[in-house]
Amino acid sequence: MTEALTAKNIVAGYVPDLPILRDVSLSAETAKVTVIIGPNGAGKSTLIKAIAGLVPVASGTVLLNGADITNPAPDRMGDHGVAYVPQSDNIFRSLTIRQNLDLVLRKAGADGPARLEALYRQFPPLAQKQRDKAGSLSGGQRQFLAVAMALAIKPRVILMDEPSAGLSPKAAQEVLEHARALTEAGVTILLVEQNVKQALRLADHCYILADGRNQIDGPAADLLNDPVVGQIYLGGKRMAPA
Amino acid sequence: MIQNLVDGVLVGSILSLGAIGLTMAMHMLRFANFSHAELLSIGAYSALVFDGLFSALYPPLANAIGPLSLTWALSLATILAMAITGASAVVIDRLVFARVRAKGGELSMVFASFGVAMIIRNVLGLIFGLQSQLYSKDIVFAIVISRDPFLLIKPDQVFSLIAALIIMAILHGVLSRTTFGYALRAVAENPSLAQVSGINLKRMITLIWIIGGGLAAAAGVFYGLSNQINPVLGRDLVLPIFAATIVGGIGSIYGAVLGGFLVGIASNLALVILPSGYSPSVPFLIILIVLMIRPTGLFGEERA
Repeated sequence: MTEALTAKNIVAGYVPDLPILRDVSLSAETAKVTVIIGPNGAGKSTLIKAIAGLVPVASGTVLLNGADITNPAPDRMGDHGVAYVPQSDNIFRSLTIRQNLDLVLRKAGADGPARLEALYRQFPPLAQKQRDKAGSLSGGQRQFLAVAMALAIKPRVILMDEPSAGLSPKAAQEVLEHARALTEAGVTILLVEQNVKQALRLADHCYILADGRNQIDGPAADLLNDPVVGQIYLGGKRMAPA
Repeated sequence: MIQNLVDGVLVGSILSLGAIGLTMAMHMLRFANFSHAELLSIGAYSALVFDGLFSALYPPLANAIGPLSLTWALSLATILAMAITGASAVVIDRLVFARVRAKGGELSMVFASFGVAMIIRNVLGLIFGLQSQLYSKDIVFAIVISRDPFLLIKPDQVFSLIAALIIMAILHGVLSRTTFGYALRAVAENPSLAQVSGINLKRMITLIWIIGGGLAAAAGVFYGLSNQINPVLGRDLVLPIFAATIVGGIGSIYGAVLGGFLVGIASNLALVILPSGYSPSVPFLIILIVLMIRPTGLFGEERA
């Protein structure tokens, strides 16, 4: 068992001295899906943004394959092999699908055309609509474009913030299954999800956050049948820190 | 009527060049930069200085090109002025806007831009005097294009229009066919996503100031070719340029081009029914109407 990404004792927030995350730790195992769930305001998205360098980490460390990458420049995350797919507005609507992909492939050099072809093979609807404005895509197709843009840099780790948000159940299922399939190619997925049952079904490991702190973590299959998990969501009851 | 329409197109091309830079900086940095039109003044005066310098150093350069009042010296000076104005925009950002951005909000930025505009305007007045200046004292006659309807056009105006269109065509080529252009559009649309897509935001801000400043300088020189240059040139053009930006939709580069032409044409057509003294009010009216009917402008979208 190797950990691709580890966050240790993260304290972070948008405003100095007003932390949203108050000592959160997690590990994402290589080529596995790790999901972060929790009630609204738990700090799930903030955690993933803090790892991506979009929210400053006041204390704690983020390790990628053992190397400290705490507070990275967001535009350099790709160089570390980490891609981030935001929850919404995760494609450039005014650019065509091809332009969106060319933009993220611009550092690929001679390898660019081959990678583009590979992405089109992986997501055939994107190839068919490559000249269309990305803004014209359906919700599910947008998510696939966002995932394709993340994959363009050949990441070792993909951070996904609620990829199923706003999608029809069928499209949500497709997107999540695709995320699962990526692990077969050795990609590590760290996922934030509201869609708890679906997320737990496809994930290997799960972390539950509340109030900016770790609550419970464990194998996703175990938590899926845990009555306490349902209690947190149905009743919003706060658990004692683990 | 046709004369007003043609004049409107000519003025519109100048406004479009000014509005492109304004819309990019305004959208990306999220503030209404009231000092942007002063970059036209910086460009116009820089070109005036280098025009004089080149003409003095090598007198044959002072010869007019064909039927134009534009000289070879001024052509070279314009290119240099574009570079200087682009650099000035970067310096102003580093000295003022970047510092205010780090500590203050959007309103502080707007007030800072007013301050910057006043400073630039007065420094130019201090250096060059408050009197109007001309690139060429030669009289260039307008050419009668048609007698019915009566239509007069100055060769310099035609040159300005063609040059502006060429500049816009080059910009369009860059924006629609190069990954650098995609990156510029990406940053204008969604800076945060652009960053996580591997785009260095700080470098892009610098490039946007350089491009915006360069285009403003060209607009300033083209304006000076058919009008006079004075330190309040920016004050006179700030409103039409803002109107062009708002009509086109903040953040939309193509919108800025269309907005420039629309405002130029509307202002000139208004002269058919309004006394000329009311002409400056037209951009105000256009801003009000657009904000009431379509607050995001013709091509603008709710920002991500």
